[in-house]
Amino acid sequence: MTEAADETLPPARATRGHRKALLQSEQSKGFALISPTFAYALVLLVAPIIVVVAHSFWTQDYLTIDRTFTLENYRIALTEPIYRDLLMRSLVISLLVSFFTVILAYPIAFYISFHGGRHKGIWLFLITVPFWTSYLLRVMSWKVILGYNGVLNSGLMGLGIIDEPSTALLYNTTAVVITLTHAWAAFAVLPIFVSLEKIDRTLIEAAIDLGDGPVRRFLRVVLPLSLPGVIAALLIVMIPTVGDYVTPKLVGGKDGVMIANAIQAQFGKASNWPLGAALSVTTMAVVTTMAGGIVLLLRWSTRLMR
Amino acid sequence: MNRLLSRWLPVYAFLYIVFLYLPVIFLPIFSVNTSAVPQFPLSGLTTKWYKELPNTPALLDAAWNSLIVGVAAAILSTILGICAARAITRYRFRGRTAINGLIMAPLVLPEIIVAISLLIVLIQLGFSLSLFTVVLGHILICIPYSMTVLTSGFEGFDRSLEEASADLGESAFGTFRRVTLPMVAPAIISSLLVSFTISLDEFILAFFLAGTDATLPLYIWGQLRFAAKLPGVLALGTLLLVGSFLLVTIAEVIRRRAARRTQNEGGAIV
Amino acid sequence: MSDRPMIEIRNVTRSYGSFKALDDANLSIREGEFFSLLGPSGCGKTTLLRMIAGFDNPTSGSIFIDGQPMAGIAANRRPTNMVFQSYAIFPHLNVGENVSYGLKRLKLDAGEEKRRVEEALEQVSLTGLGQRGATELSGGQRQRVALARALVMRPKVLLLDEPLSALDKKLREQMQVELRRLQQAVGITFILVTHDQYEALAMSDRIAVMFGGKIAQVDAPQVIYQRPATRQVADFLGGMNFVKADVVEVNGETITLETLGFGRITTAKPAGFSGNGASTTLGIRPERLRVLWDEEKAKFEVAGKVIERHYFGEITQLVVAVDGLEKPLSVTETNDFGADDIPVGAPIRLGYDPDALVAMAD
Repeated sequence: MTEAADETLPPARATRGHRKALLQSEQSKGFALISPTFAYALVLLVAPIIVVVAHSFWTQDYLTIDRTFTLENYRIALTEPIYRDLLMRSLVISLLVSFFTVILAYPIAFYISFHGGRHKGIWLFLITVPFWTSYLLRVMSWKVILGYNGVLNSGLMGLGIIDEPSTALLYNTTAVVITLTHAWAAFAVLPIFVSLEKIDRTLIEAAIDLGDGPVRRFLRVVLPLSLPGVIAALLIVMIPTVGDYVTPKLVGGKDGVMIANAIQAQFGKASNWPLGAALSVTTMAVVTTMAGGIVLLLRWSTRLMR
Repeated sequence: MNRLLSRWLPVYAFLYIVFLYLPVIFLPIFSVNTSAVPQFPLSGLTTKWYKELPNTPALLDAAWNSLIVGVAAAILSTILGICAARAITRYRFRGRTAINGLIMAPLVLPEIIVAISLLIVLIQLGFSLSLFTVVLGHILICIPYSMTVLTSGFEGFDRSLEEASADLGESAFGTFRRVTLPMVAPAIISSLLVSFTISLDEFILAFFLAGTDATLPLYIWGQLRFAAKLPGVLALGTLLLVGSFLLVTIAEVIRRRAARRTQNEGGAIV
Repeated sequence: MSDRPMIEIRNVTRSYGSFKALDDANLSIREGEFFSLLGPSGCGKTTLLRMIAGFDNPTSGSIFIDGQPMAGIAANRRPTNMVFQSYAIFPHLNVGENVSYGLKRLKLDAGEEKRRVEEALEQVSLTGLGQRGATELSGGQRQRVALARALVMRPKVLLLDEPLSALDKKLREQMQVELRRLQQAVGITFILVTHDQYEALAMSDRIAVMFGGKIAQVDAPQVIYQRPATRQVADFLGGMNFVKADVVEVNGETITLETLGFGRITTAKPAGFSGNGASTTLGIRPERLRVLWDEEKAKFEVAGKVIERHYFGEITQLVVAVDGLEKPLSVTETNDFGADDIPVGAPIRLGYDPDALVAMAD
């Protein structure tokens, strides 16, 4: 061991060597241990994303990639009406979905955190279980529910509310929003629940003590303090849903096609990787900007509420 | 207001749970319906759709593929997760937060972006698309889940337990075998089950990276085009649902027991 | 207890970057001694204990246990065992399995192992609880299991890291007595780390008081309490009145001082006294000042006026202003003669023994 060797070294050198070793040990041990996972993420996530960004500035001629720098792909992505519309629709859908999931999730997270008692764990488990089942299957079940011969139509006809099956339920934006809202529910409940759990309950008692009624103490104490959870929930739903592929494909119809379907087409039938890459980068950039804007807006509005 | 809340919140909570579970319930219901059209009232009960499943070679192939991919992804992502979770919970080092953020990033990225990035790179590196490329992708998205489960398991682990073991004369390996492993085993098993479930149900990455070999979700996707095949898909979907549900429940039970033992509450999966 | 040194700490320094957690410590702990490392948090006492156990290594200097240098010897090869502050009871093992944990390595035959576990459990009054689960124990029981688990190894030195800090006051006092009794029964060297001065005074043969990585004084409890070497030690061990004094004469082991309130005093020269200072500090503990009633006379006395009175049940604390002293004196008196009835504002005379006045290096 090094300590044994140091016994024989002159003191000054021993001290310097030791200090260096000590400073390094924590740093290097931790880093060495995490490096396989870190390397994996670098090689299979960071490097690929850099390659995608690079591709977005190139062009493709049949099967060969032309590596001359060009902004042509971005021009197409941003000005071609079809892509512009798809991007806009994707943003609107992801905005609606994240809004609805958070609005629906907040009360349930609040209920579990403040009234869950000993059963908090069971409630959380109940909420996360459907999430673990196949996403594909959950989308499929909405198709079964909303379809022309589906559960909802046959149910409504059975009750005599409508005479013939409605086609308005499936293959449109609404169907996409409903399906996605359902699919991402657990993702919104958890961060909000965690931030509510972190609130020191004596803060609420202090607010009562200082004369706040239930509504005011919710708006002035609970809501601002749970804002990080709300923001996390919004982001965690908004960013992935903007690039959803399965839902629009299965329940969206012509009316509900989203940008991911266009991206997929560039990597499939159309085989234009650079354009697909540019569409991906544009989508990420736009959704990140939108998310950032919403975060700022939320922070600003809760500051006003105080 | 308070009364209003305490009366209506439980009702809301109940309705929310119904909203979460209702769509999923229709899969098993229509999978035992004699008619191929998913419609109420049911035309009759049958198990024929289930009986047909083992006679479909393509399905059996897909199931076998899913099993291989799932086991490989679960083991590898758990090993990588163990390294990272141990480093995060035990050591403080520069870049810890940033590296952790990067490892967890696939959780919040649109899957299609992850999928196409991997596709471009793997193809340019000369890999042909196969189950192996699917495994590579699945490891990437399973690691965040493994990490979450493992970190919460490792956090309840008091560092002085290992010191106590060394103090009582046990070697580094002996300490690992007699103290560390039994204490973190539940988290590791939990991580294996959870990542297997994620891989089993994952569609997008498999869709882009699988080449000609289909996994179960890819098989289902292929069958969805044919209305007549729907009941079979529903039956298969029901089995997948039940399988996922069982795996996740077992994982949660194991994790909870361990948490109670180490008196470390919190850190539920996800 | 023998005079043979069991632990030798020689010029041990432990630094983290530029911060020195332990600064050139020298210490010799005897075989069979109950030794305490006492000081506020961050004084380096735990660092020193962990270096003796082998969980940490000196930046420079060396540690000897029973004559053997410990450099390069890992914690699991050292003849020491530790009772951890958190107790570190293995939660996946029951009480018996916890206690026999270290014995498993020794490959004893089953009967011998069982006998030693039972003996250890008996020593800590946990007889018959071997099958109890680790999570079903109370705080006091956990502490006893930790103790049995270490004792069963028959270490040369038992290290105790704040073992009583997690217990409530009553249990803590009971355990102090039990630990002391146990140490005397087994005759093993005990090293106790604590920040509680009463705990150290009640249990130890000798105490090392530490501040800021340095050892300030090593002595028996009575000496530490009555003749603290520095103001810092005096303060940490309990209340003390400090009086400024001018040095009149230094004569070998004694020193003669002139004070305003107490007059001319000749007392033992403090250990760290350099001899070139013109003034120093004299200290006297509040209980060493005695209220003189009515016509009662004492050979040495000071007179003053009561300015505050605080009642503490069995004792009363009086704050007495004395002419010539910049700070009033604090006096504690038992209540059996009616010290709790002395009115604020009353003139008062206080008797003292000049031996109770201690000269201190600042």
